[in-house]
This record gives sequence, C-alpha cells and structure tokens, in this order.
Amino acid sequence: MNKIVEKEFFSENVAKLVIEAPEIAVSRKPGHFVIIRIDEKGERIPLTIASSDSEKGTITLVIQKVGVTSAKMLALETGDFIRDVVGPLGEATHIEKIGTVLCAGGGVGVAPLLPIVEGFKKAGNRVITVLAARSKDLVILEEQMREFSDEVIIMTDDGSYGTKGLVTHGMEEVINREKVNLSVVIGPAIMMKFAALTTKKYNIKTYASLNTIMVDGTGMCGACRITVGGKTKFVCVDGPEFDAHEVDFDQMMSRLGAYKEQEMEAYENYLKTVE
Amino acid sequence: MEKVAEYLKIERAQEWRGELRKSMKAKERTSRERVDMLERDPDIRNKNIDEVNLGLTEELALLEAQRCLDCPNPTCISGCPVGINIPKFIKKIDAHDFLGAAVVLKETNALPAVCGRVCPQEKQCENNCFYTISLKKPAVAIGHLERFAADFERDSGKVAIPVVAESNGIKVAVIGSGPAGLSAAGDLRKLGYDVTVFEALHEIGGVLKYGIPEFRLPNEIVDVEINVMRDMGVKFVTNFIVGKTASVEDLKAQGFEAFFIGSGAGLPRFMNIPGENFNGIFSSNEYLTRVNLMNAANPEYDTPVLSGKNVAVIGGGNTAMDSVRTAKRLGAERAMIIYRRSEEEMPARLEEVKHAKEEGIEFMTLHNPVEYFADENGRVNRVRIQKMELGEPDASGRRRPYPISDSEFEIDVDTVVVSVGVSPNPIIPSSIPDLKMTDWGTIVVDKETMQSSIPGLFAGGDIVRGGATVILAMGDGRKAAAGMHKYLQEKVKK
Ligand SMILES: Cc1cc2nc3c(=O)[nH]c(=O)nc-3n(C[C@H](O)[C@H](O)[C@H](O)COP(=O)(O)OP(=O)(O)OC[C@H]3O[C@@H](n4cnc5c(N)ncnc54)[C@H](O)[C@@H]3O)c2cc1C
Ligand code: SF4
Ligand code: FES
Repeated sequence: MNKIVEKEFFSENVAKLVIEAPEIAVSRKPGHFVIIRIDEKGERIPLTIASSDSEKGTITLVIQKVGVTSAKMLALETGDFIRDVVGPLGEATHIEKIGTVLCAGGGVGVAPLLPIVEGFKKAGNRVITVLAARSKDLVILEEQMREFSDEVIIMTDDGSYGTKGLVTHGMEEVINREKVNLSVVIGPAIMMKFAALTTKKYNIKTYASLNTIMVDGTGMCGACRITVGGKTKFVCVDGPEFDAHEVDFDQMMSRLGAYKEQEMEAYENYLKTVE
Repeated sequence: MEKVAEYLKIERAQEWRGELRKSMKAKERTSRERVDMLERDPDIRNKNIDEVNLGLTEELALLEAQRCLDCPNPTCISGCPVGINIPKFIKKIDAHDFLGAAVVLKETNALPAVCGRVCPQEKQCENNCFYTISLKKPAVAIGHLERFAADFERDSGKVAIPVVAESNGIKVAVIGSGPAGLSAAGDLRKLGYDVTVFEALHEIGGVLKYGIPEFRLPNEIVDVEINVMRDMGVKFVTNFIVGKTASVEDLKAQGFEAFFIGSGAGLPRFMNIPGENFNGIFSSNEYLTRVNLMNAANPEYDTPVLSGKNVAVIGGGNTAMDSVRTAKRLGAERAMIIYRRSEEEMPARLEEVKHAKEEGIEFMTLHNPVEYFADENGRVNRVRIQKMELGEPDASGRRRPYPISDSEFEIDVDTVVVSVGVSPNPIIPSSIPDLKMTDWGTIVVDKETMQSSIPGLFAGGDIVRGGATVILAMGDGRKAAAGMHKYLQEKVKK
C-alpha cells in the first residue's frame, strides 16, 4: 500500500501524484518506470517516474486520463492509497556528456522526459527542449523544463501558445540552426514515429522511450514486446528506450490498440458508475 | 543413503505395519482394480473454473491404500525427488489414521496438497511402483492418496503448525515465492532463522498462482499453506524486485546474512517466426497471468484478455495444456494443440492430456507453425503450419522432429498462445556481477549444498534447472535450507 501525499492538476485531464515509495525513491534513475495496481480489481499499468525525493521517500508520477485506470488514478485524493507500486523497472537512460541534446516531448510524454532533460543538463550538455501539445492549456511542466533546458520551444497545434505547428517543425528549426549530437523523443507513438523520421534525415542518433502495454514489467509475459531492428524486444526489460530509427512504430501502434474495444467498453461502464 | 535404508527398515518393522500387512493376503491386494479419481463432467467443467478433480472419498482411499503391498524394498521411494516415505503414509491411511498420513508426508514435502495435484506421478513414484515394474498392472494411485491425506488434514481444520525452533535472530532473505522459495523459507524458519521472502509480483506463490489454473490447483489450497508459514513467523514482502527495488548488497547492509534465490524461469520463449508479434498472439505466461493472476475473465476486474473463437496453442507441455483448457473455458469454439512431435513425446502430465481430450480439445500433433497472418487491424487471422515427422532421438532423449517438405497449409485462428518453453529470469543474475552462470542462463550451484559461486548465496528451482517441476523446486529449497544452515552455523562460530 502506497500513500498519495500530494496531488496537483496541470490541466483538466493531467495531474501529478506524489506517492510514498521509499525504496524506489532511493534506487530510481532517469528513464525508470513503475508498475501500479490501484486496487484489488485493478489492472497493472506502467508509469514513468517523473522525479523523486529520496529524503522524503516519495516518487512523482504524471498521469493523463486516457482510460479506466488513469481516470481512477485522477479520482484519488491526497491521503488515499494505491494498492501496489513496484519498481523501479527498465533500464535507466544512458546519460553522458555528448554536446547538444535535442529533447522532444509530446502530450503526457513530457513527464517522463523531464528527468532525462535534467540528467543531460546536469551532465554538462547543452539541452534544447521542444514541447508539443494540442493547445495552450495542455502544455505541462514548462517551468520545470525551463529550469534544466538552455532553451524551450513550445509548439501547439492550434497556435494558442508558442509557435503553431507540429513537434517536428520545432525540431527541424533547431537542427537547421545548430549541430545536434543526440535526440530523445517521448510521446504518442505517432509523434515518435515522425520525430524519428525527421532526425533520421539528418543522421542524428535518437532515442525513443516506448510506452507499450505491460502486465508484470519484469520480462515474464511478453505483452510489451515490439520489433526493434528486426528483432523482438521486451520493452520492460530491454527498454523502455530504444534506437528510434530501428523501432517498428507501426507495429507498436497496432499493438497498443489490441484491447481497444474492451477498453472503450470498460471506460463507458466506468463513466456510468461515476455519474 | 545407507542411513535412509536403515531408517525405512526400522519404520517398516513397527508392529502396526506388520499387523496391517498380515491383515490381508497379498493376492487379494493385487487382485483389486486401481480406483479412479472422481471428476467433474467434461461438458460442464469446460465452461467454468471449478477444480476438475474431486479427490477420493474415504472409502475409495481405504480401498486404494489396501492395494499397497508395503514392499520390503519400496522402489516407489526412489522415484520420488524428495524421498517421501510412501509406504508409511499409505499404510497410515490403511490404518484409518489420515492425519497421521499427512504428518508423514510433511516430514519431507512442505506442500503435499499441491504435489498431490500437480506432480507427474506417472513418471516418478508410480512409474517405480512394484505394480508397474513387476506386475505390469496399474500402479498404486500414490498421487491420489497424497492429495487425499493432505486434503483431509486441511478440511479437518487441524492443520498442524510445524514446531519452530527458538529464534536465533539471524536474518536470511528468500528471493521469489514459488515452490522453491516457499520450501526454503519454511525449513529456515523451523531452524529458528528470521526469514523474509521478497516477491516481485503482488501475490505470493510464483507459478502456483500466476501459472497453474484454478481448475487444476485452486488458489485457496496454496493460500492455506502460505498462511501456515505466516503463522510460523515467515515474513512476506510483495512488490519487491531484488536487483531493482534493492540489490543483494543493499539487503546485506540491512543485516541479511544469507540468501536463497528461487526466482524461477519466468522468461517466455517465442519461435521468432514471421508475424509472431501480431495482436492476439500471446506467450502462455501472458495468457495465463491475465486469467489467473489478474482475473481477466471476470468482468468485475479491469484487466482484459482476448477470448477467441479459434484458438491455437503451440506446444505440448503442462503450460500448453493449461492454456488450451483455459481458452476452452473462455468460450473458444475450437481450441487446439499444435505440437511438433507425437503425443508420446508430450512432456505434459498424462492426466492433463486425458482431461484436455475429454473437454473437447483438438490435438494436431506432428505439426508446427511457420508463419502468422493478420487482418487489417493487425489481429492474427491465419496460421500456416507444416507437417512433421520424427527422426532419431536428440539430446533430450526425445525423437527429433523434421519438417515434411511441401506439406504446408493454413488454418483460421484468431488467438494463438505460444507455449514453447521458458528461460531463467535474468534480473537477479545480471544484478550480481560475479555470479557464475551456465550458457543457458541458469545459476551454477554445488549439488549438495545448493550454494552458488558466491558464499552465502544459494539458489534452487527453475533458476538453477531451467523449466522443471514443482517437486524438484521444493526439493532444492529444502536442500538449500540445510546448506544455508550449515554455512550460517559455521559463520557464527568464527
Ligand atoms: C502453466 C504452468 C503449469 C505447470 N504445471 C506443472 C505441473 O503440473 N507439475 C509440475 O511439477 N510443474 C509444473 N510447472 C512447472 C513448475 O510450476 C515450476 O517448475 C516451479 O514453479 C518452479 O518453482 P520456482 O520456485 O523455481 O519458481 P517460480 O514458481 O517461477 O517462482 C519464482 C518467483 O520468483 C519471483 N521473482 C523472480 N525474480 C524475482 C526478483 N528479482 N525478486 C523477487 N522475486 C522474484 C517471481 O515473480 C515468482 O513468483 C508448470 C509451470 C507452468 C508455467
Ligand atoms: S512400490 Fe507400490 S506397492 Fe510397493 S510400497 Fe511403493 S506404492 Fe506400495
Ligand atoms: S510487461 Fe511482461 S514482459 Fe514486459
């Protein structure tokens, strides 16, 4: 049982939860995630650790409402408990001093990107961050990103904030202007796919952090598997970060949709119970 | 070994045993038919998760116990990986002392109710029974009787809590709560150690919980045993992955003085054939975990599972049988086994194959999948399979299958469960740099003490053997507990 000690909404559908998890707070590194199960009847879902405080023994998760479990998470209040939290899982991001790092985050992918931005900055890199969202009110963690980035570029679909356009436009602007040594992209699969195509044009090594469906998170089931460079990889133990130019994003999108029907039905049922 | 033979002889010479032997002529014993386990009707049970086997009644158990000849040289024991005193427990049943029979079982087997249900007796004790070897008749139903005695004890509400030695204050850690970890933990606690079991999942029990289905091994049975261990004072910590949440070094710093690794062979293998990552294709671990651990088939639970109409399960082991019978229970119209060798080579327990057939499972033996195809949504809709034939025996002693050329054809499937074996879970080994491993990813141990290449670090079960059996895992756990005891006592002396 892990207690929620703080909750803050970033936007209507995105909130941050700070959770007691002392051991995980000590051992986690940027790139790690946890698997949570809200209650006895809940499913196990992966969530990236956005930050942690080893002294207070807490980890911070950022959750976007996309289905039943995330909706239930957002309905929890400070003082409530999450039944199971296990981690830290996955391989940590390989952080080194390499020069200029272009980080791109879309939607709720911005949250897992934060510790990576922080890590690369602290390692002495020049870090440029592109944040993309549909509109102004969906831009999250801007302030925190600015703290660890040399520059933050904001892109919105509707132009309500920053520059109007896609994440790839913001990335290309930077690439055309200066030498980029490494890129890290996190967000919806479709965004990562096009971000990867963009950096590939310019031959920039790029990592993508994949958020596939998972069950155990320890390599036991293969629910998270994906083709990378023609080989099957388990995202939970071999990843979650992979060479973005080798990932089969189309397969990833298809696999993410494996339970679409069940998920929609469950979500509708859930909405009925809350109303 | 000699000591054991001596002990068995003394036990057999006891008066009550002698009298029982005299009470019925051997001829009469051997003229009896082996009793059958009571079972649920196949057409009803394949639609629910109730346990298939219903056990023996007292009457049937007594009849069966009388068949046992109480042989002077009980060969059955040599077939038992933990050396249960088989004739003694059977004769306790014969003498109407059912609780006493359970006590005999527990001398060497911490989980008799589990083993009575899942051990491959036909390859072990029963294969070595005098009836099988010399009389060429069906063996004494040792497994059924084991289950009977253990169930009787549980149902009587008089489950004995084993005597625990006075606490010695020495902290030991058990990593993994499958049968290997549980039996090590039980034995170490009995010796007075302060035992903590760390488990990665949210449930205790390992494969017994997430793998083997309810219709074969109800969770309740496993929970009774776990609660006994709790009562003995064993501590359980769930959601704790050693090597991730904290390392063995971290635990040492917290005062743990010796470790038992029973982390199992959790890594599913795939065949790496085209189309294997389409939706609707699962590893058996994923399929069974969703249904058994996460309760996916129950609409009240959030975890989904795809329940297909045409389900193909690839493989011939217990895991394959469990998956295919689960598919049937989830409503499959056609649930089939595709196995590349013949039925004779199937590693599954005989009983599971029999039950599967009764429940309407189709068997496509000597067939092997070569490619999967999918619809426009990426869901598997066809599999291409080829016919196989058997050649000479391979390293495993089973005849090697070869594809027959130009024999390929396709069948419609909407769900596929790949059940072609597992590899050891690498999380622990990769977190301990100097640990000596085999090329297969198993931990190298001393066969007597179960100690690994690192002093104070012991291991057993599937992480040492690769995918094996419950009873072998338990036997390892016991051996390791003895090895750890010796190690720790010597350490204390220094
Ligand atoms: C579906 C299925 C059916 C089977 N049927 C039979 C049968 O009928 N008869 C039979 O004899 N055998 C059967 N087997 C095989 C048998 O279950 C195994 O051989 C046995 O469970 C191995 O026991 P174990 O304790 O070594 O490992 P497991 O039972 O695998 O337990 C290992 C435990 O360790 C945990 N763990 C792993 N890594 C860590 C870590 N780093 N930190 C903490 N915890 C960790 C795992 O989560 C797991 O709970 C079956 C197996 C399967 C999958
Ligand atoms: S070999 Fe068979 S008949 Fe003889 S003691 Fe063992 S179970 Fe009984
Ligand atoms: S989530 Fe089960 S193997 Fe990755």
